[in-house]
Amino acid sequence: MWNWSYAAEILPTLLNALLVTIGATLAGFVLASILGILIALGRRSRFAVLRLGLQGIVNFIRSTPLLVQLFFLYYSLPMILPISLSAFTTGVIGLGLHYATYLSEVYRSGIDAVPKGQWEAATALDLSPVRTWFSIILPQAVPPIIPIMGNYLIVILKETPTLSAITLVELLLTAKNTASVSYRVFEPYTITGILFLVISLLLSFGMARLEKRLNRRHTA
Amino acid sequence: MSEPTAETKSVMTLPREEVVSPLTGEPIVQYQGVTKTFGDLEVIKGIDLALYPGEKMALIGPSGSGKTTLGRMLMTLEEPTTGTILIDGEPLWQMKTSSGKLVRANEKHLRRMRQKIGMVFQHFNLFPHLSVLRNVTLAPMSVLGLSKEEAYQRAVEMLTKVGLQDKLGEYPSRLSGGQKQRVAIARALVMQPKVMVFDEVTSALDPELVGEVLEVIKEIAIDSDMAMMLITHEMDFARDIADRVIFGAEGRIVEQGSPEAIFEQPESERLQSFLKRFR
Ligand SMILES: Nc1ncnc2c1ncn2[C@@H]1O[C@H](COP(=O)(O)OP(=O)(O)OP(=O)(O)O)[C@@H](O)[C@H]1O
Ligand SMILES: [Mg+2]
Repeated sequence: MWNWSYAAEILPTLLNALLVTIGATLAGFVLASILGILIALGRRSRFAVLRLGLQGIVNFIRSTPLLVQLFFLYYSLPMILPISLSAFTTGVIGLGLHYATYLSEVYRSGIDAVPKGQWEAATALDLSPVRTWFSIILPQAVPPIIPIMGNYLIVILKETPTLSAITLVELLLTAKNTASVSYRVFEPYTITGILFLVISLLLSFGMARLEKRLNRRHTA
Repeated sequence: MSEPTAETKSVMTLPREEVVSPLTGEPIVQYQGVTKTFGDLEVIKGIDLALYPGEKMALIGPSGSGKTTLGRMLMTLEEPTTGTILIDGEPLWQMKTSSGKLVRANEKHLRRMRQKIGMVFQHFNLFPHLSVLRNVTLAPMSVLGLSKEEAYQRAVEMLTKVGLQDKLGEYPSRLSGGQKQRVAIARALVMQPKVMVFDEVTSALDPELVGEVLEVIKEIAIDSDMAMMLITHEMDFARDIADRVIFGAEGRIVEQGSPEAIFEQPESERLQSFLKRFR
């Protein structure tokens, strides 16, 4: 059933596609991390319009499927706006937006866990709000949430096959294409599964190291 | 300065004449009819109080009387419900619009005003992710715009003053409570406020560490012309360094006067029974 020479033959193609998958994962995660922080900060703003607006957007994004959002961004948006983005860019934006709403909650839990006394000390020293956020609050809020962020990174990795629906030729779609040419389904999907596993493990490992490093500095 | 001794006794031996006691000129802080309500609970019930430049004022009173709240309103951590707090004659919580109307202060006004105030907290509130040095240099660099070298110089000077010049690179988690509080004092001092609020800065400390912190505050009281508002349960300490002692209970000032008057000839029954607990 398993043909080694066929496996070796398709491996380069699949590895190439893996790069697309990893690229979309990392870019989506970075975007989600940045937007997530902005949402978390915006939802603590003293401007009610901003707070409620963000709340609405977050609820909307969370209660619709990623696939619908991707279709909208890829097929519908170009009809109302004069833009047309590649499948990759659209996929990254879709993943980024979607997971930003989840990561914003993660950031929020981290921020809420910073003791009130830290804010008060910052006020007593007359630090600016920006300085307070970036030098006092976030450096204490983020290290404890790194493991949860890491989980979301893996979730995003596993979500990338959804991007094939907007024609992005990522790992799974490549495997499928390969299989449909050769009528051999065993090797492409097995290798695909193994590659996902390996990347998951590598990402977990990387996040664990990052966590260790940040926490060491934190409590040094 | 030598390492502060861990003996509280020496605090009591300071001759009163050495305490700088100007009490002249315009008050640096004035509370005018200040009240504060939390929900239904009125914790400050109309306070009128002036603090003069360089004055060391001790605030004593039973738990829950509103001492912390009074200090926090000055540090802009709590907004008065009614009344006015003036700093150098200028309202803290209100500001003048261009048409001369008084409106609620915005963040910009508060930031300018609170530069004159500093505070040391009961639970230190050091920044745990920053080294001792960075704890002390952060605000001078970011708020006062000092260069790294200037801030370093000032920070080392202050940390030397509190006897921690050899802990620059240490992180707060590796310090004793007394050392943490001394860093917090240096961190507040380095901003050179005109008024410093000390809110029960020794009550979270193990008894054997109280002395070193009081000693540091005493030295600062002697050689700085900063006004101090010392909220404390350490009666000997209050008597030793205060120019004036305020006794408050249930959100009101009950009695005030020189340490001698307050501790030797308390008039109100309230104060008499309060002081008995410390004998
Ligand atoms: N943020 C708050 N919300 C509700 N009630 C508060 C708040 N802060 C203080 N209080 C209440 O106000 C009253 C006065 O508190 P405050 O901390 O000013 O007293 P204190 O004189 O400093 O007491 P202690 O000697 O115990 O420190 C207390 O009854 C307290 O429970
Ligand atoms: Mg108190």
